[in-house]
Amino acid sequence: MNDMSPITRTVKDWESDQEVRWCPGCGDYAILKAVQRTMVDLGSDPAKTVFVSGIGCSSRFPYYMASYGFHTIHGRAPAFATGIKLANPELDVWLVTGDGDGMSIGGNHTFHFIRRNINSQIMLFNNEIYGLTKGQYSPTSREGTPSPSTPLGSVDHPALPCAFALGAGARFVARGFDVSKELSGVLKAAHAHRGAAFIEIFQNCIVYNKDRFEDFAAPKGAEDRQLWLVNGQPMLFAKGTRGITLDRASLRLKVVDVVDGDWEAAGVIVHDVTNRSIAHMLVELPFGAFPMALGVIYDDPAPTYEDAVLGQDATARAGKAADLGKLLAKGQTWKVAGEDQGPLSGV
Amino acid sequence: MATQLAEPGSPPVNTNAPEAVVVRFAGDSGDGMQLTGGQFTLSTALAGNDLATFPDFPAEIRAPQGTLFGVSAFQINFGSTDITTAGDAPDVLVAMNPAALKTNVGALKPGGLIIADSGEFSKRNLEKAKYTANPLEDDSLAKWRLMAFDISALTLESVKPFGLGNKEALRCKNMWTLGLALWMFDRDRQPLIDWLNGKFAKNPVLAEANIAALNAGHAFGETAEIGGQVKKLHLDPVPAAPGLYRTITGAEAVSLGLVAGAQLAGLPIFFGGYPITPASAILHNLARMKEYGVTTFQAEDEIAAIASAIGASYAGQLGVTSSSGPGIALKGEALGLAVMTELPLVVVNSQRGGPSTGLPTKTEQSDLYQAVYGRNGDTPMPVVSARSPGDAFDVAIEACRLAVQFMTPVMLLTDGYIANAAEPWKVPDTSTFTPFPATFLEEANGPEGKVLPYKRDADGVRPWIKPGTPGLMHRIGGIEKAIDTGDLDYSPATHQAQTDARKAKIDGIAAHIPAQEVDLGTSTGKLAVVGWGSTYGPIHQAVKRARAAGKDVSHIHVRHIWPLPANLGDLLKGYDKVLVPEMNTGQFKTVLRDQYLVDARPLNKVSGQPFTIAEIEAAIEGMLA
Repeated sequence: MNDMSPITRTVKDWESDQEVRWCPGCGDYAILKAVQRTMVDLGSDPAKTVFVSGIGCSSRFPYYMASYGFHTIHGRAPAFATGIKLANPELDVWLVTGDGDGMSIGGNHTFHFIRRNINSQIMLFNNEIYGLTKGQYSPTSREGTPSPSTPLGSVDHPALPCAFALGAGARFVARGFDVSKELSGVLKAAHAHRGAAFIEIFQNCIVYNKDRFEDFAAPKGAEDRQLWLVNGQPMLFAKGTRGITLDRASLRLKVVDVVDGDWEAAGVIVHDVTNRSIAHMLVELPFGAFPMALGVIYDDPAPTYEDAVLGQDATARAGKAADLGKLLAKGQTWKVAGEDQGPLSGV
Repeated sequence: MATQLAEPGSPPVNTNAPEAVVVRFAGDSGDGMQLTGGQFTLSTALAGNDLATFPDFPAEIRAPQGTLFGVSAFQINFGSTDITTAGDAPDVLVAMNPAALKTNVGALKPGGLIIADSGEFSKRNLEKAKYTANPLEDDSLAKWRLMAFDISALTLESVKPFGLGNKEALRCKNMWTLGLALWMFDRDRQPLIDWLNGKFAKNPVLAEANIAALNAGHAFGETAEIGGQVKKLHLDPVPAAPGLYRTITGAEAVSLGLVAGAQLAGLPIFFGGYPITPASAILHNLARMKEYGVTTFQAEDEIAAIASAIGASYAGQLGVTSSSGPGIALKGEALGLAVMTELPLVVVNSQRGGPSTGLPTKTEQSDLYQAVYGRNGDTPMPVVSARSPGDAFDVAIEACRLAVQFMTPVMLLTDGYIANAAEPWKVPDTSTFTPFPATFLEEANGPEGKVLPYKRDADGVRPWIKPGTPGLMHRIGGIEKAIDTGDLDYSPATHQAQTDARKAKIDGIAAHIPAQEVDLGTSTGKLAVVGWGSTYGPIHQAVKRARAAGKDVSHIHVRHIWPLPANLGDLLKGYDKVLVPEMNTGQFKTVLRDQYLVDARPLNKVSGQPFTIAEIEAAIEGMLA
């Protein structure tokens, strides 16, 4: 008799036999563990899971997962994933990209992949630097970043991945960071979202951009600098002593003090993951004056691309046989009769 | 729907008709010349004549009216004999305005017939065409026969009862002209009338107006209003093998061949494309064939088009992408990944004039180097080429076969001429096709249940493994990999071994393709004319004529550009001289020299126009002198 009990997997079952080759102390290790733990919690099947990546440190990720994996070319992972999903929508596809791969050379594909809304998870590891090519500044590097290619400091304005994603029409945008214990929860929310789920994961490059995110990610004082968003809950931080409100005169978000836990009196707004306008404001909050907005910022599903394409295919195919002979003889035809075929006739 | 042909053996109208006639329709790009040519082609095919066409149009969609660069032309060569080219010089030129006359009359045979719409030869239009005097009124056209009448006014008159606006009424001019042409060549109008009724089903007034114009043009010839200058000409049907026929363009043939190839492999087909001239027609055609297991995807760019196709192949479908030169260049890196990961993929390159944007609507064969060599690293892949619109069907099937059987990307070369040109095509019997079913690994192929995604068979081919298959999880990518396991490994010995293995696999395909045959002539001799692709027609006719004149010359036409057929080197060594006509600066010639140390001589043309028969005949003369 077949054993019908569900298969219980462990983190070990998601580890491939490949030696992990990131620098010791790289934030990628923590993300890898968080993803492997998430797969266990989700009860995912490695045979039905595909990790697709581009090029860069983060894009080595698929080699370390014991699922199917495709390490493609620089910036194009979303395009490969599009073909994979259209060919087999049953596959659970996870994209792994970085700030250089996904926002620079592959910005075009990231944009269109999100716009089309292909059901998958896009994990963008943002370390604000090109690591694998030895430390050049990236499109998310802050102004003034000194690097081998910008010895006097970078001068261009950084891109905001989550703002880019919303601009592309994303229906799910979330943020986390490598060593955060909340990361797995964010990934699960992304997986639960049907459509293209965009997750920006701040990641510490200990060699070329060490501790770049310590200002908000350091455990000490984290509660003052991290705003973890929970749907239906007030936007509070600093142990509930401060919150975010909407200044109705200027239509801008503002930090307010909360006295005695009475957040309603302070006008703190409740997080609604389907509020697109507030989502735009949250992803653009300048850090310093505001805490870093983390967690699920926006989650409002819309029809997926593959459902639309394959639905159209199915409608076009309904009731029709794939008769090749008929297809070849389509249009205006004429017959040339053979000697022993009798008189000419129309078809 | 098949149409009944005229009874064979019915008496011809004329007794000394030529074997073939070349007609060129030329007008403003908004005059509907391509449509007129297309319908005349269909009528020619239905009359049982063999034919070849050459649509030649500007890159601008609606170039400024009346200008020299806005002229659109459509040439057709048809006859009661075997036709393989669109003809060197036209016998008849239909010129709808002064610009069309000016840009095309030079090609007309001495004594040829000009039919011109005198209604369009206004002062303004003459100026636009840079004429200082009206050529219809001086004797500058004396070496041709001129028949000028006011087609515009005659058309307006014929469609008067339908109350169309002046602009709409004038748009029926092409049908009036077509009607006259149908009379000249003794054609049945009914198929055209059926077509017009279908095309304008939602607007019956336009259908009736166009039919009236068609009939008026025909009647104009019939009632001898043209003063006996033109005689009705009937060309007998060409003897053809029994069967069902249709006309087909190269773009149609490629699309059908891809669908047939995917069916023979037992695979759904995924087509990722991006709009580009002259390749877009393949995307358009396939988008209408969904019931044959086709999914089409218009990607955001050329790179995404090929990447999505590779993604689909990885997931177990037959990935296909298509483009023209500049787009193929963009796909180069992804092609390398397909070679490295060893996934099946068909890439169609409808070549056009280059470099860069070059000549988007003109034909050229200058992407051969790009197809054979144009990637970083040692990155071999099979390259096949189509010689004619109909041949593109068979070559597309061959491309699918090689891709699936050898787990490799394959480049299929056509060109702007093949893509747009039409010829009669005998609809093949699908039961004669040989299937080549794709197989997928279902169980672990290594010791102790280990998956070895890069374990090669006797032909050096790795297994195809669909993600989703239980127990076969593995990772692939563009980094060099260990033998069998596919694990990351860029040690010196591994790279040497894998580079050798990839090369050996592609070289080995030579044992699985047909031996090279001599198309016309003998397998040894004084001169072999070696061609590939769309130069087939003019080479074939030139060699035929030279042989008829007693010259020792043979025609070899190569389909498999890479790897080359195993016997080609020995075959070429059997000739004293080798001539390679190409629409580039000598790319295949160089490949042949490199591969066989043969003294192949080039004949090159890159004017955006196909070779004429005469040009190749002259080169043959030169080589034999």
